[in-house]
Amino acid sequence: MLLWQVIKVAWRSILANKMRTALTMLGIIIGVAAIIAMLSLGEGAKKQVMESISRFGTNQLKVRPGAARLGHVRTGSVENLTMDDAEAIKREVPGIKNISPSVGSTGQLKYENRNATSLITGTTPLFMEINNFPVAEGRFFDETDIKLMKKVAAIGTTVRKDLFGDGPAIGEEIKIEGQTFTVIGIMSMKGQTSWFDPDDQVFIPVSTYMRRLYNQDFLNDINIQVESYEDIPDVKKGIERVLRARHRIPEGVESDFSIRDFSEMIATMQKTSQTFSILLSGIAAVSLLVGGIGVMNIMLVSVTERTREIGIRMAVGARRSDILRQFLIEALVITVSGGLIGIALGVGLGASISYFGDWETVITPSSIALGFFFSVLIGLIFGIYPARKASLLDPIEALRYE
Amino acid sequence: MIELTSITKKYMMGSSEVDVLKGVDLKIESGEFVSIMGPSGSGKSTLMNIIGCLDRPTGGSYILNGTRVDEMDEEELAKVRNRNIGFVFQTFNLLARESATENVELPLLYSGVKEPRALAVEALKEVGLSHRLGHRPNELSGGERQRVAIARAIVLNPSIILGDEPTGNLDSRTGAEIMAILKDLNAKGTTLVIVTHDPAIAAHSQRVINIRDGAVTGRAG
Repeated sequence: MLLWQVIKVAWRSILANKMRTALTMLGIIIGVAAIIAMLSLGEGAKKQVMESISRFGTNQLKVRPGAARLGHVRTGSVENLTMDDAEAIKREVPGIKNISPSVGSTGQLKYENRNATSLITGTTPLFMEINNFPVAEGRFFDETDIKLMKKVAAIGTTVRKDLFGDGPAIGEEIKIEGQTFTVIGIMSMKGQTSWFDPDDQVFIPVSTYMRRLYNQDFLNDINIQVESYEDIPDVKKGIERVLRARHRIPEGVESDFSIRDFSEMIATMQKTSQTFSILLSGIAAVSLLVGGIGVMNIMLVSVTERTREIGIRMAVGARRSDILRQFLIEALVITVSGGLIGIALGVGLGASISYFGDWETVITPSSIALGFFFSVLIGLIFGIYPARKASLLDPIEALRYE
Repeated sequence: MIELTSITKKYMMGSSEVDVLKGVDLKIESGEFVSIMGPSGSGKSTLMNIIGCLDRPTGGSYILNGTRVDEMDEEELAKVRNRNIGFVFQTFNLLARESATENVELPLLYSGVKEPRALAVEALKEVGLSHRLGHRPNELSGGERQRVAIARAIVLNPSIILGDEPTGNLDSRTGAEIMAILKDLNAKGTTLVIVTHDPAIAAHSQRVINIRDGAVTGRAG
């Protein structure tokens, strides 16, 4: 019997029991959809990490106060990182290209009758370069502004939209925490990452922030750009050495600051997406298993129902292998059809995850191939037993079966 | 030609062994029309199954058209059933979901014939059903169903047609029509073996073989 003829027979028997077949397929559909969604999420996370790397640059380090404890959650605000520390690092650690201290907190903005809350960051002009975050319009503040503690601000695109809408912003006066600042620049759009919108930010001179706005003498971050990616371990060691000496930390005691590089950010992102992936692969595995058992169950029912048909086919010359093939292909038609629907559903699921959630998803041909492969595999594994049972029927018994 | 020599068949019924056939010797020439008669439980169905290569004897030899069949494996037996034997059953045994043509095509599909449709249509024409090609069994009368079954039996030009009470489920007029078709096929040279307990049917045949308690008791013709 030719393959297409076998498939035709299989289709006919499947169509004769539409509801039953559809319910049986459901397990396979969910399982394959979960596989596709899981892989698209994983690929999306990978892509997001790559994008973040190209956006922020890989040769970036951040020194923060507070020990690196509990998976880098800062344990309270520690006030021990100073401008002098930044100066010392710049002076004593080789391999540093740019260094920029920054301070920041959430603050109240006001323009005419509009209010907004966003992150107020006090820093130096090099911050732009280190973070690959240039001004798009107007200018950033310069060393002179810092020296004179001028009340000038460069605002992010989200802030601009919130405060000015489509109207002009440069040269306008806004209130930051009740004090009047002049907008001198608008930052380029950086784009939202999954946990933070860098465009919802106002930049002011670090001196203005520390002396005139908040009267704060410690830093929140020291942003460092190293000469090259390979230098990162050495530079980290250098910073460690300098700061530990300055903070008089004895040997064996934990540092009161932490140095974060990009690899940690990547790890955090990957960990989150990994959790999701594990969850989905669990769903996929369970659902494929249950689906496969359902297929086996329905195939066993089908073999029993069609015992007489099997007898007739044997009487007119079907070999045992023909019968085996027929029922195996029938199981495969169920799982592969389910698989194809599952692939479509998985693609849709991936798209809606990235649409409704903040997760980027990417469908690759290999994930579709894997989904297809699994549906074939399940058909073979769970189809072989019923098919074998059918092929081993005694033709005489089968012909007599009522 | 069918040549059975000392054919025995034993079944296990629980723990006890039952001798269904106790040494049957039987020779049916090519082109003969033979009836096998006997009460139920006599072993005539078992004999029929062995002749039809659906079952294998426990002992003895079976030579079909010059070939030892009792020593064949299942795959070879399937091929013999496909090419040399056509079955006509009391209950027709058609596939309910398939049309008349598709039912007749069935043996052709397993023999690997390239253009099954034309041969199937030809066979249906031969039994006078060319106007019922696309009908399913449930859309056909009993007599028409049995004709489809006959078309299926003859589509590969077998040397033997085996009828297991072929008129048993039909009224006498339709039964006579079916017998006429079968006799016509026999007249064209096909060996015809019919199992029946209806003496009127057996009367059509050239020879009647009586089976009782697993052995041939008498021959007529």
